Amino acid sequence: MDQLDRLESQSVAVFREAYREFKQLGMLWSIGKDSTVLLWLARKAFFGHVPFPLIHIDTAYKIPAMIEYRNRMALEWGLTLIVGQNQTALATKQTFPDGAIDRIACCKALKTNALNGTLDGTWPRWILSHQEGQLVPDPHPTPFTGVIVGARADEEGSRSKERTFSPRGQHNDWDIADQPPEFWNHYKTDFKPGTHVRIHPLLDWTELNIWEYIQRESIPIIDLYFTPPNGTQRYRSLGCYPCTQAVESTAQTVDEIVTELRTGKFATIAERSGRAQDKEDGGLETLRREGYM
Amino acid sequence: MIPSETPIERMNVVIVGHVDHGKSTFTGRLLADSGALPDGKLEAVREWCATHSRPFEYAFLLDALKEEQAQGVTIDSARCFFKSEKRHYVIIDAPGHIEFLKNMISGAARAEAAILLISAQEGIKENSRRHGYMLSLLGIKQVAVLINKMDLVDYSQSVFESIKTEYGHFLSTIGVKPSAWVPISARQGDHLIGPSSTMPWYTGLTVLSVMDAFHKEKPLAHLPVRFPVQDVYKFTQNQDDRRIIAGTMVSGVLKAGEDIVVYPSKKRSTIHRIEAFNVTPLPPMVGPDEATGITITTQLFIKPGDVIGKPGDPEPVVGSCFRANVFWLGKHPLVMGKRYKLKTGTAKVPMVVTAIHSVLNSSALTSSTPSEVQRHEVGEIVIETAKPIAIDLVADHPTTSRFVIVDEYDIAGGGLFIANEDHPTIPAFELEVDTHSSVDLGKRQARWGHRAGLVLLTGRQASSHAQELESELFDKGLSTMCLDASSPFSLPAVTSVAHGLLSAGLVVVMGTKPEYVAAITHVLQPFDCFVSEESTATAIAHWVT
Repeated sequence: MDQLDRLESQSVAVFREAYREFKQLGMLWSIGKDSTVLLWLARKAFFGHVPFPLIHIDTAYKIPAMIEYRNRMALEWGLTLIVGQNQTALATKQTFPDGAIDRIACCKALKTNALNGTLDGTWPRWILSHQEGQLVPDPHPTPFTGVIVGARADEEGSRSKERTFSPRGQHNDWDIADQPPEFWNHYKTDFKPGTHVRIHPLLDWTELNIWEYIQRESIPIIDLYFTPPNGTQRYRSLGCYPCTQAVESTAQTVDEIVTELRTGKFATIAERSGRAQDKEDGGLETLRREGYM
Repeated sequence: MIPSETPIERMNVVIVGHVDHGKSTFTGRLLADSGALPDGKLEAVREWCATHSRPFEYAFLLDALKEEQAQGVTIDSARCFFKSEKRHYVIIDAPGHIEFLKNMISGAARAEAAILLISAQEGIKENSRRHGYMLSLLGIKQVAVLINKMDLVDYSQSVFESIKTEYGHFLSTIGVKPSAWVPISARQGDHLIGPSSTMPWYTGLTVLSVMDAFHKEKPLAHLPVRFPVQDVYKFTQNQDDRRIIAGTMVSGVLKAGEDIVVYPSKKRSTIHRIEAFNVTPLPPMVGPDEATGITITTQLFIKPGDVIGKPGDPEPVVGSCFRANVFWLGKHPLVMGKRYKLKTGTAKVPMVVTAIHSVLNSSALTSSTPSEVQRHEVGEIVIETAKPIAIDLVADHPTTSRFVIVDEYDIAGGGLFIANEDHPTIPAFELEVDTHSSVDLGKRQARWGHRAGLVLLTGRQASSHAQELESELFDKGLSTMCLDASSPFSLPAVTSVAHGLLSAGLVVVMGTKPEYVAAITHVLQPFDCFVSEESTATAIAHWVT
């Protein structure tokens, strides 16, 4: 077994444990490379099936190609897709692009709050109808007790301290100073009613591992990651367009991205360097304590 | 750094030691000196320190949480990634404060090798010993010891040698033999990656070379097949009719077409196929550490928690009573008689502790025999599970001998099975409720026409025999009741009920196990007791009248 085989096996075991232990299980799908690898690993774990819904939090500021790709893949692979959104904040223009609030507050409103309301089923949410090919209101917004998330330890400081099975309190808060122990491959899978758990199968994967795995498995990935033939830029990390910058790159294929990360210009530059919200004081840790993914 | 074309091996190494002996500083400096930090990271931390009027610390590279930086202490293990010419590393920087021992364990439990730091200035402290002991308990055999902060003792060889002698002696008592002893200064970077002119008396390897000399643990292909069943899938979407037994191979090798045996039932079947997604043709065999799934040729009831093995291989231990070493982390002490959940392999079963033989302080290594295992202590205990499970003993298998104990909702301890126990005993317990009557027992006897009496049956099928006996006694006109006292989980409750019925003057018939008799009769001693493997209604009727 090489490094990728080991990572794959460990992640698959985590998926199976989550599926065994949580009756109301869902998986966050951000359309990016990590959660698309996550989706692939789910199909590995369940032999071609994805036996739980995918959850997408649509901030309405996602790059439009992402939404188009999302719906196409969900229809093609027969996935159950649930979409949540903070429609109040959008309707009242309480967002950063509207100039009303700062980046961190905007992330909290459009992502954290929307995620929390979608997970506990208290906010309206939508489900992709495979007959109609479009989103329809979710008639039964049941709360999720387990949510699979594609966070990686190498992304930033607070994620480097995550547990594989990470409990969240009643208000989705993360008590970093008091995390449960994980012995060998035994995780915390017993929870008080009312709490839920974030499950992180990708913690031990690096950005390079993700691309090497995409290369090995030929996983279809959204075009935004590749520099177009006549272009000079690509996205290294996907988010909302007002806060996510493309990077200068000549990589047009998965092979070229792998080379760029191993030995090329990005070998020593952090992946999230194009994500503006990380740079504000407190940054991701503040967001993540309140339930950010 | 040599770029690699294909992914090379990766090793998890945990950094442990007493609080303030420099673990995060060491790890931060190692990352910085080996070029593992992203561009600008070091500068950003220097800038942060300047604006917050703090001296620059390499530890800030790892102590990423606001609380950690504010207190200057690592709270939780961080994973950091770096590579040498030889391999990729995941460095797990574990906290040294006793308060965060559970976080240290979480970090160390996934490591293949450990680096233990001791401050040359402070010498061996409580957690230097405790962490050393934890490593041996967790099964981490490769350990290197770094004597840090040599710059603060003028790079003195005698300080280094004296710590080495004393700590080396301690490690030898717990069976740990370090692969290297390196004098370093993490802050100055001495002996981390390159040579140093500060300690000409040291001619050994640098830390990075010591790490590269750690060897990768071999997969357990040579051990008997152990394939714990994690789940059984029957997904019907797209006309899929496969019934797939899924799990991760722990040891041995299984091939398509081979016979298997399922524990604890010992039923046999044959592998039809090894199933996989996006793999053509399907794999012909599967080995250790692979997450996999199989279909079998016969309809067999297999459930999560079962262990699949191969006929002819040494069998696992199937039982419900085991002697074990447990390391306790719980908020409440580990006590006898309380119902916990045991997780081992993929099995999850209710359990009780029926004996505590000894308790060891994990730092001082002093032993005593109290009635409970406190937080941060190691106990040698006897565990009884609610139903039989298949496990291995630590002498036979390093992995399938591991377990954790869940107290309410939390993993509160972890341990290793050391022996199979044939004759479970039950600790003494107290009545849960008492009766509250002023009616004299003699008046009750006069009304029923017989004495109150407890009949304990201990033979084979004692429970059903007790039922039959009670029914016959009832038909003979006696006032009776039947209870089952064969499970250690309900023993205190059942005995309390029996006490109430006996107080009401009834004849109570209970099926139980021989080893529970002493505990039951101790609690019910005011009443007459008849203990036998089996008995007849005539004999009992005669006994109570």
